[in-house]
Amino acid sequence: MNITINLSMALVLAVLYSVGFYLLMQRSLMRILIGIVVLGHGANLLLQLAGGAPARAPVLDAVPPQEISDPLPQALALTAIVITFALTTYLLALGYRSWVLVGHDEVQDDVEDRRIAARRGPDGAMEEGTAEETEAAPEDTADSHELEEGRR
Amino acid sequence: MTTPSEAPPGPPGDADPPGPGDTPWSRWDQPSGRWMLPGACPDSRERTLVLEAAARLLFPTVLVFSVYLLFEGHYGPGGGFSGGLVAGLAFVLRHIAGGDDNILVSRFGIRPPVLAGTGLVIAVLTGLAPVLWGEPVLASTKWHISFGSFGYLDVVSSLLLDVGVYLLIIGVVLDLLRSLGSGIARDAREAGETAPRPDTGGGR
Amino acid sequence: MTLLQAFVTLPVLLPMLGAAASVIVSPRASLQRVIGVVTLALVCVVAGVLLVSADSYGPVVAQLGGWPAPMGIVLVADRMSALLLLISTLVTLAVLVYAIDQRISDYGRETASTTFHPIFLLLSTGVSLAYLTGDLFTLFVAFEIMLASSYVLITRRTSASRIRSGMTYVIVSLMSSLLFLTAVGMVYAATGSVNLADLAGRVGMLPEGLKTVLALLLVVVFGIKAAIVPLHFWLPDSYPNAPAPVTALFAGLLTKVGIYALLRTQTLVFPQDHPSTLLLVIAAVTMVVGALGAVAQDDLNRLLSFLLVSHIGFMLFGLAVYTPSGIAGTALYIVHHITVQATLFLVSGLITRRTGTVSIAQMGGLAQTAPHLAVLFAIPAITLAGLPPTSGFVAKLALLRAGAGATPAAEIVAAFVVLASLLTLYAVARVWVRVFWGTPKEPLVDNDPNDELVVGTARSARGMYVGASSLIVVSIVIALFAGPLSAIASRAGDDLQTREAYRSAVLGPDTAPGGPGPVPVAAVPQGPAAAGGGAAIGAMTADDAEGTTSR
Repeated sequence: MNITINLSMALVLAVLYSVGFYLLMQRSLMRILIGIVVLGHGANLLLQLAGGAPARAPVLDAVPPQEISDPLPQALALTAIVITFALTTYLLALGYRSWVLVGHDEVQDDVEDRRIAARRGPDGAMEEGTAEETEAAPEDTADSHELEEGRR
Repeated sequence: MTTPSEAPPGPPGDADPPGPGDTPWSRWDQPSGRWMLPGACPDSRERTLVLEAAARLLFPTVLVFSVYLLFEGHYGPGGGFSGGLVAGLAFVLRHIAGGDDNILVSRFGIRPPVLAGTGLVIAVLTGLAPVLWGEPVLASTKWHISFGSFGYLDVVSSLLLDVGVYLLIIGVVLDLLRSLGSGIARDAREAGETAPRPDTGGGR
Repeated sequence: MTLLQAFVTLPVLLPMLGAAASVIVSPRASLQRVIGVVTLALVCVVAGVLLVSADSYGPVVAQLGGWPAPMGIVLVADRMSALLLLISTLVTLAVLVYAIDQRISDYGRETASTTFHPIFLLLSTGVSLAYLTGDLFTLFVAFEIMLASSYVLITRRTSASRIRSGMTYVIVSLMSSLLFLTAVGMVYAATGSVNLADLAGRVGMLPEGLKTVLALLLVVVFGIKAAIVPLHFWLPDSYPNAPAPVTALFAGLLTKVGIYALLRTQTLVFPQDHPSTLLLVIAAVTMVVGALGAVAQDDLNRLLSFLLVSHIGFMLFGLAVYTPSGIAGTALYIVHHITVQATLFLVSGLITRRTGTVSIAQMGGLAQTAPHLAVLFAIPAITLAGLPPTSGFVAKLALLRAGAGATPAAEIVAAFVVLASLLTLYAVARVWVRVFWGTPKEPLVDNDPNDELVVGTARSARGMYVGASSLIVVSIVIALFAGPLSAIASRAGDDLQTREAYRSAVLGPDTAPGGPGPVPVAAVPQGPAAAGGGAAIGAMTADDAEGTTSR
């Protein structure tokens, strides 16, 4: 039983993975969602290919025993498809909630992180009550405005 | 097969139909029997009669097919998951055709989460049951039931697990319909729109 | 023995059953609470039985459906998994008690939720399955159950900020899951098996380069889940925005499951006999970056999240040394850290409820106004920093001793352990000074009462204190019984390093369904025999490996 890799399938995998990862790097949740779906297809195809050459059935009696393909990866892929399906619906719901609450479905940066990065100096000193957090860097106010706007 | 019990009469004239009382003209052809009919439609302008008629025909057929898949699952392609999804699709079709009146809720008082929970309980208990006979968890056995001259029936105990999965999936799909289908439609109606605005995200 | 084998499945099936029952009774809040607590208490008992049994008779293996190991799915409870299962479930139970009382005091006694209790129990299902599973794909499924539940918990009662942080969390987790799936596919393509014990024999036959690729892929996957440093960025962003009990649960369990998966796969499938430089470097960087990040924070929850990242590095260090004592140190550290980190987040929840803000700069004088909170914070904080009489000290000592005996590189990283401990001490001391000393400040008014985050009143019910303080009791018990616990941990470390107990329990002939007698501790070593067990697939494996690598 000599298993060789189908070149076209390898190419399809490469395309699916690169498209998926490219979409994952977008800002809009909808594109990310599509990216995850595409990536999921890629992963499932990889699982399928792990079970042997394509276009062979894993069903007893349908094909001669020496041509039967490994059923386990197909079972794994089925499970993975179910999971991807469930998480896709969840992401859809999340995108919808985001659209309702914030008005867009953009995935944003870590606000607090930028605020801390923009702070003038470390205020980790242990003297009590020295730092006045209320007057923060200008970026902070811009960000919180953004958030406040979103909340409305 | 799904004819309404009381056929909504009345000539489709310009004036109000005189016959069955105070039915407004926009409602005269509203389905009046409940079983197997798409539910109330909040805005009759959104109705598509072809789809409704098709849904009436398809809904029971698809349900029967889903049960077939459920029973076929042990030996052929099918099983609780695909059966449940197909049955869920029947409900989705009904939802698209007839709006958010869920027949299981309105007619039988079964909430989707309860359906899903019951399915999961059945599945888990089926998995645990073999322990009572000293077998490993999730082991299954086959019963051979003979009907004399009518033939025989092989029942596998994992069918019960499949039934659990079937119910679970239907429950989950119905819950999805409620939150993503009816929920979004309701939000949109409350916002005074007929459908969510199409310009959601993406344009950047 | 079948009954004991059935016991192995209970930590997975019981919470699942509880979740289902909890959904069914969902209009009745009190019933939901009873179901949740009873289920988790039962799982605690089961986990205790499993630990005792695994410690005295060797790993307990359940073959689902009676299918033998390389083909079927197995659940394995050895010393390591049973130990972590027990402590995780205890923490889950305490967090549930806290959460229940928080919900009662926030929404009233009668308010039920169709999501909270069932999802909470489902999360517990996923965690148990991840600890117990014996194959890579089931591990993937366990992670998905766990993560899907965590997605729901982290985005419940959505506000704008929670949606934002939830999205980051969900997307990063989903990406790591898809990478995991890819890794599973590649492992299967290379070896023809996903069973961990079986893989242990088969991966050894692969060419060195392929082996490295697979190992690295899994390190990245579990590294994202465990938040080790180059892959940690999502954690301090997402955790602080969730309600306190949810954050406590995530901080206590989810990252530790990632570390456990790393521990299991690295020791069992990709064993090494010398310290791994890569992991040592990552561990050192994780410790320092996390601790420095914590020092810079003003938000109490973010500070704790960075400390969590930092202490992930400690656990990684024990693994990176690759000696039985190092692995034992990691086990001990995980046990200690699950408890303490969850406690700190719960106490942080109590503090923010009291003060109405998460900003350390806006708190002050709590030692006067709420002395009980000061006690509740001080004990776990000192434990986390690892001062002598506490469980943190015991665990850190175990790690340091493991590092001291190993290579010079490991000894340098051991110095980083001390450094990161000092930084941790500095960070918690800073919290102490700012929050508990100084002039008392008026509690702020909450701006978003719906997000379960900040309330700004003293409305903290008794159960919340019970939940938090019971975890403190657990950590004190860990410190008191450090001797027996270290003994179990070092036996677990030996198990993981030698691999024979695990492999023979899973693949050996003694665990056939309905097999006679107890599982023997020392079974016949049978490496190559087991690897060649499935003749057909074994033949395919060799071909497969060639086919993959020749390209």
